[in-house]
Amino acid sequence: MKLKTILTAMVIAGCGVSAVIAADDPVKVREGLMKQVGGSMGALAGIAKGEKPYDAEIVKTALTTISTNIKAFPDQFPAGSEANSEASPKIWESMDDFKAKAAKLGADTDMALAQLPADQAGVGAALGVIGKNCGDCHQAYRIKK
Amino acid sequence: MGLRVRKLVTTVVFFGAIAGGAAWFLTKPEPWPASHWADLGEPDVANGEQIFWAGGCTSCHAAAKSEGDAKLVLAGGLPLKSPFGTFHVPNISPDETAGIGSWTLAEFGDAMTRGVGRNGEHLYPSFPYGSYARMAPKDINDLWGFLKTLPKSANVAPPHDLPFPYNIRLTLGGWKLLFLSDKPRVTVDTSDPKIARGQYLVEGPGHCGECHTPRNSLGGFETAQWLAGAPNPEGEGRIPNITPGSKSIGSWSEGDIVNYLETGFTPEFDSAGGSMVEVQQNMAKLPASDREAIAAYLKAVPVVE
Repeated sequence: MKLKTILTAMVIAGCGVSAVIAADDPVKVREGLMKQVGGSMGALAGIAKGEKPYDAEIVKTALTTISTNIKAFPDQFPAGSEANSEASPKIWESMDDFKAKAAKLGADTDMALAQLPADQAGVGAALGVIGKNCGDCHQAYRIKK
Repeated sequence: MGLRVRKLVTTVVFFGAIAGGAAWFLTKPEPWPASHWADLGEPDVANGEQIFWAGGCTSCHAAAKSEGDAKLVLAGGLPLKSPFGTFHVPNISPDETAGIGSWTLAEFGDAMTRGVGRNGEHLYPSFPYGSYARMAPKDINDLWGFLKTLPKSANVAPPHDLPFPYNIRLTLGGWKLLFLSDKPRVTVDTSDPKIARGQYLVEGPGHCGECHTPRNSLGGFETAQWLAGAPNPEGEGRIPNITPGSKSIGSWSEGDIVNYLETGFTPEFDSAGGSMVEVQQNMAKLPASDREAIAAYLKAVPVVE
């Protein structure tokens, strides 16, 4: 069990490193960052729903990934990088608001890290606060193609 | 003018008048007979509230970016951009002058299901009466009862901003003649009450097809492409295919769809985006059985790749 936890943590952390160093294309980089955020949300949701047992290490790793990635995220939108991506042109029109939305997710996640949810219900509550940011930002700035 | 010419002109005018009269007759606004809305009794306001969330009234009729109780103030004013011009959503709060507080149930019901305004005029199908036409009179009565409990707003919404010929309401009679129907959009196994309920919710109050189905140049649905995805009417990007043949959600289980409608998260923990965020938030307010019915129906509709 302990070994599985460590392995899971290594896989999640490992993805982060490889994604950042592997790709120069900002679209690939930011999509990679978001995929890991999604993966971490999935890990937290599994615990919140009781499908997986509560494990402080997994919770901490997932929250750390979200926090780290979302802080790097808004820097992956250089001018002209909207082609072939789901990024809305509105990002570049209102970059300050876009960055503020990313910062809010960072702050909400850091808050949960500072007081690590101690059980299934705690993870559920944290997930509610953190998860609201996803839709808030995607509503304004993500377009499907 | 010779007799022959005069006769010809008379004939042309005569048949022209008949054709015009026939066109007018075929395309005139057609409210239901008053009996359709009679004897519905006291509205079930709790059911009306559920219909309100299923219909997503607040997403267009409340001020943009409203949250919490502000979603219940149906002040109107939101601009809806479309290939036909910009529509400005009206105030449907119970205010007697700015809103629809002095309307009767029949007037409200005819607007909802026949696209006929209070003064007998055609309404634009940007208001999705083409879907609401499938709603049961009881649900209309209940919704009307619920709307009357909401706060009043004195906001006066601007008029629609449409170029010729779309600014001529008479032309809408032709649109209705071609496209307005209260028949099922697709054939599904309605002996399963879950699928039947899902069909009612999706094709009726939920009006999912209004964005998820592509349209022809006259603004009618491409009927063979039901729910197969379409360009985003608000401009950027595409609205996804939600039939079982969808590249994005075709592989989802019924449970995945239910979970998405409840939480806003896909099985990969991506989230809803764009206009779907508000739709999902509305769907989250429905009873779980309704979300399950919608999922069952979406799995039952014809596959479009």
